[in-house]
Amino acid sequence: MTQFLRPVLVVVWKDILLEWRSRDLVISILVFGLLVAVLFNFALNISPQRVTALAPGILWVTFTFTGTLAMNRAFVRDSEQGGLDGLLLAPVSRDAIFLGKALGTFLFMLLVELLLLPVFGVFLNFSILSLSLLLTVVLATLGFALVGTLFSVIAVQTRSREIMLPILFFPVILPVIIGAVEASAASLGIEPGVALTRWWPLLSVFDALFLVVCPWVFGVVVEE
Amino acid sequence: MANVAADCAIRVKGLEKSYGDIPVLWGLDLEVDWGELMVLLGANGAGKSTLLRILSTQARPDAGYAEIAGLDVRRRASAVRRQVGVLAHNNFLYDDLTCAENLTYYARLYGLSDPRERALLTLSRLGLSNRADQRTRTLSHGLQKRVAIARAVLHQPRVLLMDEPDSGLDADSVAGLRDTFKEWTAAGGAVLMTTHNSRVASDWADRVGVLANGKVSFTRFYQPSVLPESWEETPAFPAAQR
Repeated sequence: MTQFLRPVLVVVWKDILLEWRSRDLVISILVFGLLVAVLFNFALNISPQRVTALAPGILWVTFTFTGTLAMNRAFVRDSEQGGLDGLLLAPVSRDAIFLGKALGTFLFMLLVELLLLPVFGVFLNFSILSLSLLLTVVLATLGFALVGTLFSVIAVQTRSREIMLPILFFPVILPVIIGAVEASAASLGIEPGVALTRWWPLLSVFDALFLVVCPWVFGVVVEE
Repeated sequence: MANVAADCAIRVKGLEKSYGDIPVLWGLDLEVDWGELMVLLGANGAGKSTLLRILSTQARPDAGYAEIAGLDVRRRASAVRRQVGVLAHNNFLYDDLTCAENLTYYARLYGLSDPRERALLTLSRLGLSNRADQRTRTLSHGLQKRVAIARAVLHQPRVLLMDEPDSGLDADSVAGLRDTFKEWTAAGGAVLMTTHNSRVASDWADRVGVLANGKVSFTRFYQPSVLPESWEETPAFPAAQR
């Protein structure tokens, strides 16, 4: 187990260190998320009665777009000077490499989402102090990171990667977005128990499925 | 573990590789012994880099067989990766990390003990101690190449696969690189490198091969009087075959 976890943590450490040095990923997607929040606030006049209906959709549209930006960058640094080739030349399993990259993406996305949530709470007038909402964010972000990392490595090998990633990513991640919106709506509404019984299991099943399938597909994709 | 009883470092038989309809390697046979430095010459597009990519498990051959230290590069790819140190056209370094951080990262990936010390020691051996805390982004092309060579030898591989290691280096660095390779082969390791510089080939190599028409068409023990100033003038590589 340690043999498997070591390269995972090494890859995460490298990505965090690179982000700490440049700070270009987290800051750019945070600013983008804030702009989207401001735009929605002015574009839609959300009354307290309609918060439950509109806020979850706005929240997850924003998280999806900011997540796509994060994923677009996931393998760019690795591809610039052949770092991905260097990574693949190391005697470590492809699964460990994939999970390291996905864990890094998950942490960056989660950080940005946790910073954006209070802003949305203020603009859309809902309380972020909801454990069920936070768990929904964690479950959905995990699915985003797994699928996004896989399609990111595919897209980075194409010339039009900025276009290619959303085209590949959105159809596959749609069930997670639906589950996240519904679970968030339930969390913000009066019956959070519904989220627990219906949408969290759905999100968990998709996460488990992606956790098995994505590393395997990654191994196939990175072979020549 | 490598097959320590393997009788040669690199063995290739009947190797074939095409990109689409364009054949690059076909029927390629090659052997490199332990303790040998073999230099491959060849025109652009002759397949030198492709051969090194196959040997380093970065590309799959269409047919044929290749082994490193007795390990099949297709079936035992992970074990092969531990045995080879690779220098490619890309330096595999991260611009925003320092030289020491880059090498420490790779040392950790390879599971080496005391990764930071190992990284600093390797940089020191290649005369890069004073660059350890400098980000690779700020280094010249030649210095980046030397750091890339340090990365390639970091885990003490038994076989070095070097794609044009001399390009972009100044005279002192080239001399230092030759000494490094000589030490490597003297210790029993093997080096297979490519170059376009016939003088480097004649000065460094135990054996010189010319890759043309998909195979190593000319390979022999080096005799200084035979290898001309320009390798393209060799009888085994006539103009008609280019």
